[in-house]
Amino acid sequence: MKKSMAAFHYIVWMVIFTVVPMLLILGYSLIEVTDNGVIHLTLDYIRKCFEPIYLQIIAFSFYTAILCTALCLVIGYPIAIILAGDSFKHKNTLIFLLLAPMWMNFLLRTYSWLTLLERNGLINRLLTLLGLPNHSILYTTGSVMLGMVYNFLPFMILPIYSVVSKIDSNLIEAANDLGASKWNIFRKITLPMSIQGVFSGIVMVFMPAVTTFVITRLLGGGQKEMIGNVIEQQFIVSGDWSFGSALSALLMVVILVCISFSNRKGTAEKGERGALI
Amino acid sequence: MLKKAYVYIVFIFLYAPIVILALYSFNDARSRGSWGGFTLKWYVALLNDKSIIQALITTIAVALIASIIATVIGTFAALGIYFMSQKARNWVMNITYIPVLNPDIVTGVSLMLLFIFMRIPAGFMTLVLAHITFNVPYVILSVMPKLNQLNPHLFEASEDLGASMIYTFFRVILPEIRAGIVTGFLLAVTLSIDDFVVSFFTKGAGVNTLSVLIYAMARKNVSPAINALSTVMFVIVLLMLIIVNKRTKNEEILN
Repeated sequence: MKKSMAAFHYIVWMVIFTVVPMLLILGYSLIEVTDNGVIHLTLDYIRKCFEPIYLQIIAFSFYTAILCTALCLVIGYPIAIILAGDSFKHKNTLIFLLLAPMWMNFLLRTYSWLTLLERNGLINRLLTLLGLPNHSILYTTGSVMLGMVYNFLPFMILPIYSVVSKIDSNLIEAANDLGASKWNIFRKITLPMSIQGVFSGIVMVFMPAVTTFVITRLLGGGQKEMIGNVIEQQFIVSGDWSFGSALSALLMVVILVCISFSNRKGTAEKGERGALI
Repeated sequence: MLKKAYVYIVFIFLYAPIVILALYSFNDARSRGSWGGFTLKWYVALLNDKSIIQALITTIAVALIASIIATVIGTFAALGIYFMSQKARNWVMNITYIPVLNPDIVTGVSLMLLFIFMRIPAGFMTLVLAHITFNVPYVILSVMPKLNQLNPHLFEASEDLGASMIYTFFRVILPEIRAGIVTGFLLAVTLSIDDFVVSFFTKGAGVNTLSVLIYAMARKNVSPAINALSTVMFVIVLLMLIIVNKRTKNEEILN
């Protein structure tokens, strides 16, 4: 018996529970069953994804996900650089504190913002105390964005931090000794060497952001819909599996393109959550 | 100084909602806007809420069953993959990455379609099958590095000296990769407990995990018991993280 046979049952498992489901998605998005039980190929469902209503939702999803990724990068990049530097004595504790909320249930984290953003929530009360007008912050694009940045920010900080903290400190010392300014050290050493981390950060934030349906439902109140919400509705509410599958297939293609574009298997290997332990 | 201030502001942003949620879990007033004094009644309500307790039991049962099965499948899979030819290994690893890289929602709906296609009624069983599926790759990815560190001459020597394959596995390979297996198992448990999207699409009517229940509750009338629940969960997660961290630190020292 060959030793590689130890993986046999796993391969069978993966074929049944990963390969076949993917094929089912592709299959459902390409076939149609007519009333008399005849199955035939159709591109109608793929075409339906590009109808103006859905195109608008897809555009909104991408716009939101890109904006969220950009915000996470702008907020997170300095944090990663500072944490990798020597400003703090208890660096490991800070990294631990950065990770801790991420391990708390994702729904609870999102839900916690409800408390703050509600009409008579804490933020509005503070505004009233300051004599400012009450705003309904909840159920707007702003609250959805807030929830997304809040949930995904650590995904951006972590990969950048891990790349930057591995930079050989001798390099920076040498540059210092040779009279390079702080700005030049950043521009010529830290920045180019952090790019890898930035790429994985972008993938790790963009992917969950573009596919989310929980944040939009809880903090957007169903007003601001994204692709994920439409897919959920097709499968849970309206039972239009073919259209839901077509959208899922589309999403899969987008993600695959994103991954091959970033081509950073190193982080992808550990997986978005796997990299965190 | 400016740097430190910036880091503190971002940490406040990350922790404020959790801290406020925890504070409100001790709030006597039902409204979230006002403070009515200290109370533990929401924790009592939590313990008396049958649906929450039921969901908690389901969550833990699914996480444990799925993680144990996933750990066994994943460990043997990693062994098999280790002995494969380069070409076969690349193929299998590419499939292994699918559930890791695929958006959760696609994994969820594709498994839902599979269960309908195979006529398996949605319920506890489908939940376990789905969780095993997304857990196994993480176990493999935790065990593989340990196998790669293994000295190949060790088990060659063991086999040359006449040990059976099973004996070699338990006496030579297993002790070397144990740390990877434990990490994989812990990772699987955490991912299972944390999962919402895949469970949402593969659970049957009447079967709820905590995540699914919270989603349903948060969409309707919010009960302050959820605040108590999240506080309890955060404390548990924090303790688990500290234990895992201690473990990895001890390992580093041993290595």
